[in-house]
Amino acid sequence: MAQESALHDAIVNGDDKKARAATAEALAAGVAPMDLIQESMVPAMDEVGRLFEAEEYFVPELLLAGRAMKSSMELLKPLLSAAGQKMAVRVVIGTVKGDLHDIGKNIVASMLEGAGFEVIDLGTDVAPQSFVAAVEERKPQVVCMSALLTVTMPAMKLTIDALKTAGLRTQVKVLIGGAPVTRQYAKEIGADGYSENASGAVGLVKNLLAGA
Amino acid sequence: MTIAERARRFSTLSISDRDRLLYGVCPHPLSCGLSLTIGAGTVFPEVNFTLPPITICDDTWADIIAQYEEMATQIVRRAVAMAVPGIVLEFELLPAMTERPEWGAEITAILKRHLLAAHEKHHLASALRVTPTDIRDQVKPPLMRTGEPWQRLRRSFELCAEAGADILSIESVGGKEVHDRALMYGDFPGIVFALGVLAPRDMTWLWGQIVSVCSAHTGVVAGGDSACGFANTAMQLAHQKMLPEVLAAVVRAMSAVRSLAAFEQGAIGPSKDCAYEGPVMKAIAGVPISMEGKSAACAHFSPIGNIAAAMCDLWSNESVQNVRLLSGNAPEVFTELLAYDCRLMNAAAGQGGALQMRDWLTASDEWLSPQAVVLSPAATIRIAGAIVAEDTPYRQTVAAGRVAVDLLKEGAAAEKLHLSRKEQQWLQRIESALYELPAEESVLIAALEEQYGSLYDKASYGL
Repeated sequence: MAQESALHDAIVNGDDKKARAATAEALAAGVAPMDLIQESMVPAMDEVGRLFEAEEYFVPELLLAGRAMKSSMELLKPLLSAAGQKMAVRVVIGTVKGDLHDIGKNIVASMLEGAGFEVIDLGTDVAPQSFVAAVEERKPQVVCMSALLTVTMPAMKLTIDALKTAGLRTQVKVLIGGAPVTRQYAKEIGADGYSENASGAVGLVKNLLAGA
Repeated sequence: MTIAERARRFSTLSISDRDRLLYGVCPHPLSCGLSLTIGAGTVFPEVNFTLPPITICDDTWADIIAQYEEMATQIVRRAVAMAVPGIVLEFELLPAMTERPEWGAEITAILKRHLLAAHEKHHLASALRVTPTDIRDQVKPPLMRTGEPWQRLRRSFELCAEAGADILSIESVGGKEVHDRALMYGDFPGIVFALGVLAPRDMTWLWGQIVSVCSAHTGVVAGGDSACGFANTAMQLAHQKMLPEVLAAVVRAMSAVRSLAAFEQGAIGPSKDCAYEGPVMKAIAGVPISMEGKSAACAHFSPIGNIAAAMCDLWSNESVQNVRLLSGNAPEVFTELLAYDCRLMNAAAGQGGALQMRDWLTASDEWLSPQAVVLSPAATIRIAGAIVAEDTPYRQTVAAGRVAVDLLKEGAAAEKLHLSRKEQQWLQRIESALYELPAEESVLIAALEEQYGSLYDKASYGL
């Protein structure tokens, strides 16, 4: 119990070294990996999310917490795999073709990771076919696309069209975001959702999956 | 970086009296374009415009050309109707237009044709600023001095200069690959490393190249750069409550050092509109500057809508899409808005009221945000003074950061600036980090190698 509490606090405080040490101690004490995730890590990230929403935390605290959780997960992942358990939801994310802006996309990726999702970040300037290939190979439940330029927004539609052509569109929820993107545009191009900001994106993913 | 690698180092201020740091005037006015002189007593609108959502490709190129023809026609029409004393058009190339330099040059020629016609028919004084996109960060880690993206960027400058650009600018991104990561993690040594070591090295090299392109084309001037990808990113994230406001304000002050490198290499202004560090350039180098504020709300929100105008020589709208509004298309609408803004400032100056107007513009924003605190004329002189007192970009960056912290602390202590508890904690953290930095940049470079070494290409920075 002490180690689990220490892990929780280390994540909330964004201390990756302490998080890793507490995880190792808990495992040595016989705590099951999935119990550590459910009893310590998820509540810790929920607390971090609450502090962010309350404007007590900024993104740096959020990312440091995510880094602490990741460092803990590095110890747990091999054990989970060996036991045949896996992360619940996988998300593929990227900035669309022709667009090199990635800060917003990176924040969304980090917040999704912090919320417990497995995130595959394809980076920037991602061609429609690269999204398609990632969906084929990694079997995500969600695809997130970002664009900061009005002239790269059309690449979002091209990507959705490419997913349709490849017969993959029904297998994933597609979310879009970025400064020039609107809810109306999301509707027009057949995306499943749009978020104005990063924290909204996390809630949107959860809601869409809950309704799936 | 050794001092010898910098073509010029400013060791004194061009404007040291804050009451001489005014809008519309600067020690080194710039004559450029078609009968336009910037910084000689008149503020001019600088109109910036972009496309609505559209894919840029061969199939749509005719539509894109038509869009720019329409925007230029309507902007010039409004400028003439408003009887502006002069105007600057800025064409910011979109990435695809830099990757295919001929495209950017084609639009440059179209815009220049409209300005030439308006000059001939209406005697409209004007200049065309052309700003290629810095596409050098397409590969990871970015190659800043070699490779296809750099070759295309260089070619874009050359072709746009040949096609009629009067002023060349860029929003360069050297050091951003480290700054983005450091900023998001609030890692202050990393931020200083990016802003004070990597970015000035790239600026020094890149602006040497841009100045050489300008030298080869009669009448084309090297304008200036912007720390947009650094300080404006921080400001916007702070505005969205993602980063502390105090961190963004300190980043702004420190970013002035990397932007100054353009002028050390021979740029002569006007600096870029989104370079809110512009007043520091004006105080140090005496060059005219472009700024944007309340009339750029079409592009982004900011807490510095009025104060940004206090020391400007050009007044810009940042960017607006060619979309229809009730009165007309947005670029034409924003031409009128800017024209009225400038008309008021110029009328005040004409009646001897420039200082009063500047102080009203300043006072209306100054204590309502940390970003505004570091932008006042008094703050500008202090930051600029700290920069010229040091001899390397690294030390200058640290010095600028320390002054910014002092300004924020003084404002909070005087109960003029309200800072939340969290903001106060962050300000304390930043101050501690600034004073814990090593005296020599080589020590910092070595200390951050493990953390950031994989993100940047050392040869791109002469390291």
